[in-house]
Amino acid sequence: MSSYHLDHLQFLETEAIHILREVAAEFERPALLFSGGKDSICLLRLAEKAFRPSELPMPLLNVDTGHHFPELNEFRDRRAKEIRAKLIVRTVDEAIQKGVAIPVPGQVSRNALQIPTLLAAIEEFQFDACIGGARRDEEKARAKERFFSFRDSFGQWDPKNQRPEIWNVYNARLNPGENMRVFPLSNWTEMDVWEYIRQERLEVPSIYYSHLRRVVRRGGQWVPDTELVPARPNETAATLFVRVRTIGDIISTGCVDSPAETVDDIIAEIAAARVTERGSRADDKLSEAAMEDRKKAGYF
Amino acid sequence: MRAEREQGITIDVAYRYFATPRRKFIIADTPGHIQYTRNMVTGASSANLSIVLVDARQGIVEQSRRHTCIASLLRIPHLVVAVNKMDLVDWSEARFNEIRQEFEQFLPRLDMKDVKFIPVSALHGDNVVDPSPHTPWYPGPTLLGHLETVHIGSDWNLSDFRLPVQWVNRPNNPTDPALHDFRGFSGQIAGGIVREGQLVMALPSGYLSKVKTIWTLDGPLKEAFCPQSVTLVLEDDIDVSRGDVIVAPANLPGTGTDLHAKICWLHPRPLTPGRKYHLKHLTQTVPVAVTSIDYRIDISTFDPQPGVDSLAMNDVGAIRLRAARPLLYDGFAANRQTGSFILIEQGSNATVGAGMLFPSTKLAQPEYKDFAI
Repeated sequence: MSSYHLDHLQFLETEAIHILREVAAEFERPALLFSGGKDSICLLRLAEKAFRPSELPMPLLNVDTGHHFPELNEFRDRRAKEIRAKLIVRTVDEAIQKGVAIPVPGQVSRNALQIPTLLAAIEEFQFDACIGGARRDEEKARAKERFFSFRDSFGQWDPKNQRPEIWNVYNARLNPGENMRVFPLSNWTEMDVWEYIRQERLEVPSIYYSHLRRVVRRGGQWVPDTELVPARPNETAATLFVRVRTIGDIISTGCVDSPAETVDDIIAEIAAARVTERGSRADDKLSEAAMEDRKKAGYF
Repeated sequence: MRAEREQGITIDVAYRYFATPRRKFIIADTPGHIQYTRNMVTGASSANLSIVLVDARQGIVEQSRRHTCIASLLRIPHLVVAVNKMDLVDWSEARFNEIRQEFEQFLPRLDMKDVKFIPVSALHGDNVVDPSPHTPWYPGPTLLGHLETVHIGSDWNLSDFRLPVQWVNRPNNPTDPALHDFRGFSGQIAGGIVREGQLVMALPSGYLSKVKTIWTLDGPLKEAFCPQSVTLVLEDDIDVSRGDVIVAPANLPGTGTDLHAKICWLHPRPLTPGRKYHLKHLTQTVPVAVTSIDYRIDISTFDPQPGVDSLAMNDVGAIRLRAARPLLYDGFAANRQTGSFILIEQGSNATVGAGMLFPSTKLAQPEYKDFAI
C-alpha cells in the first residue's frame, strides 16, 4: 500500500462501497435486489464490505418469475442464510393470482410480469430505494443510467430528464411515493465482475460453469429444454456441455457451448468473446429499444 | 435512446468501457450541443483526462473553447487536443502548428497543467493506436499510447487528511463481547492518508482522539489513503455523527457560512439572488440562500461579465451563498472532493447546480474550546 494508488478493481470497489453507505444513511427503507446471479453476488460482498461488522441494514429482495433455474433459487436461499440477511421473495405467480400482474395471452416469458410484481413489493414494504446490480456495459439503455436513478410515484424512468450526477455527490432526496433505484456496479464490466469473483473467491451457482444439459435450438441460440416450452417437432434438440453467461427466465436464457470449468476458464472465454452477455437474452431482442421501454415502465 | 435517434444527436452521457493490457478505460461520450452542457458537466466531473476533438480543416471552433473551458473549470487534470482529419489537410505540419498556437494563446488563462496535442486521422486510425507513416514530423506518442501512460496517480489529494463520516457503524450485538462496544466511523477518505495510532480531530466538535483500528472486512490496515473506503475505530468514546469530518489536527480545513463559489447552472429555472436551496457537500445537506451573483463567465471567450441578475441553464458564473450551518471545506483547487457541492431545488428535489468552492479565509475552530489542543 506504500504506492498510494488503487488498481482498477480497488477503485470500483471503493466507489461501490461509498454508494452503498450513502443509501444506508440517506434512505428510510432500502432493499437490495438479490437474485443469486453473479452481479448480485458481487453486490452482496460489497454490502458486507460496507457494513460489517454490523448486520446489513437492509433486507434482500427477489422477484421470482417462477421460471427461475432451480440451482439459482437454492443458491439464493443458502447465501442469504449464510450472511444472516433477511430475504424477501415475491413471486410472479402470486402477483398473477392477486390480479396485480396480468399475463399477455400466448406470451410465455415472464420478464414483463416482473415489473408489476416488483412495484407491488415496493408498495407493500414501502421501500424508498432498491439497490440493483445492473451495469452500464450490459445494454445501450443501461449505458445512460445514473448511479442514483430517480423513479416517479408510478415507478417510471424518464431518460430525457435525468438528474445530473456530478462528482460523487449524490442527490438522494425524494418526495413521498417516489423511489430511487441505485446501481453501485454501474461502471463494472462483465470482466470486472468475474475478476472480482476470482479475487474475493466468491461462490457462484453451478450453472455458470460447463455442465451437461438438454438444450433446444431456438431463435439462433441454445435454450434449456423445459416442460414450460417443450421442443417442437421441427426444432433441433441436443445434449451438450454448456454454461450460462447471464441468468434470466429459464425459457429465454441462451446457453453457450463452453468447456469452462473454473473462474479462470470463464475469464479467458470472456476475453475472447465478441458478443455482449445480453446477446443471449431473448427478452432484450424484442425491439431496438426493448430495455429502454421496460425501464420507463418500472423495470430495474 | 429513442429521443436521440429521433434528433440524430447525443443528448445524454453514454458510458463505454474498454481495456488494453496496460490499463482499463471508462469513456464518457458527452454531448457537444450548448443546450446539453449540463450533461457534459455530468460526464466530465469524474474524469481523469478529457479529449477535445478538433477538425483540422475548421480549426478551433466555439465548441472546442467551451469544452476546454469546462474541463478547466472542473479541474480535469489532463487534456488531450486531438487534431482529427489530418488526412484532409494533407498531413500538414504547418496546419497542425497553427491550430496548436491558436490553442496555446488562450491556455494561460485556463490554468491547465498538462495539455498534449496529437495529430490523428480516425478514418484509418493514424496515430490512434499505431504511429502514422504520414506524420514523420510528429515525435510524440499515439493517442492510445498517451492514454496508457499518462500519470494519474497524483490526481488525488494525498496531503490533507479528511474523512467525511457517512455512516456510524454500531453492531449493537449484546451476545458477542468483541462487538458489544464496537463503534466505527465509516466513510470514503476524501483527502490525505491516515495511520493507526495517529492523533485525529472530529469536526465541528473539536474532540481529539487516536486511531485505534482502521477496520476493513479484509482485516485491519496500518494506513489508508484517499479514496479508500474504511471504518475508523477511535481510542476514546467521542460523539461523531454523519456529516462530521475527521481530520488531522495539524491540518485543518476551512470553514464558514458565507460561501464563495463558481457554479454551473443545470436547470431551466434560473438562479437568482434571494432564492433558497438545499446544498449537499460531502455527507451533509444544509439550507442555503443565494446572496449575490458576482459575474457570469462567457465560456467561449472566458471573460467574466459582471452586473448580471440571474444565471440561466448552462451558464457558468461565480456566486455568494449564505449557509444555515458552517461547512467544513477546502478550495476546489486543493481538493476536488472537499471543495465541491451540488444545489438541490426545494420541493422538486431537482439537482440544479454544481458548485466549486473558493478557499475559505477562516480555518476550522473547535466548537468546544475546552477540548482545544
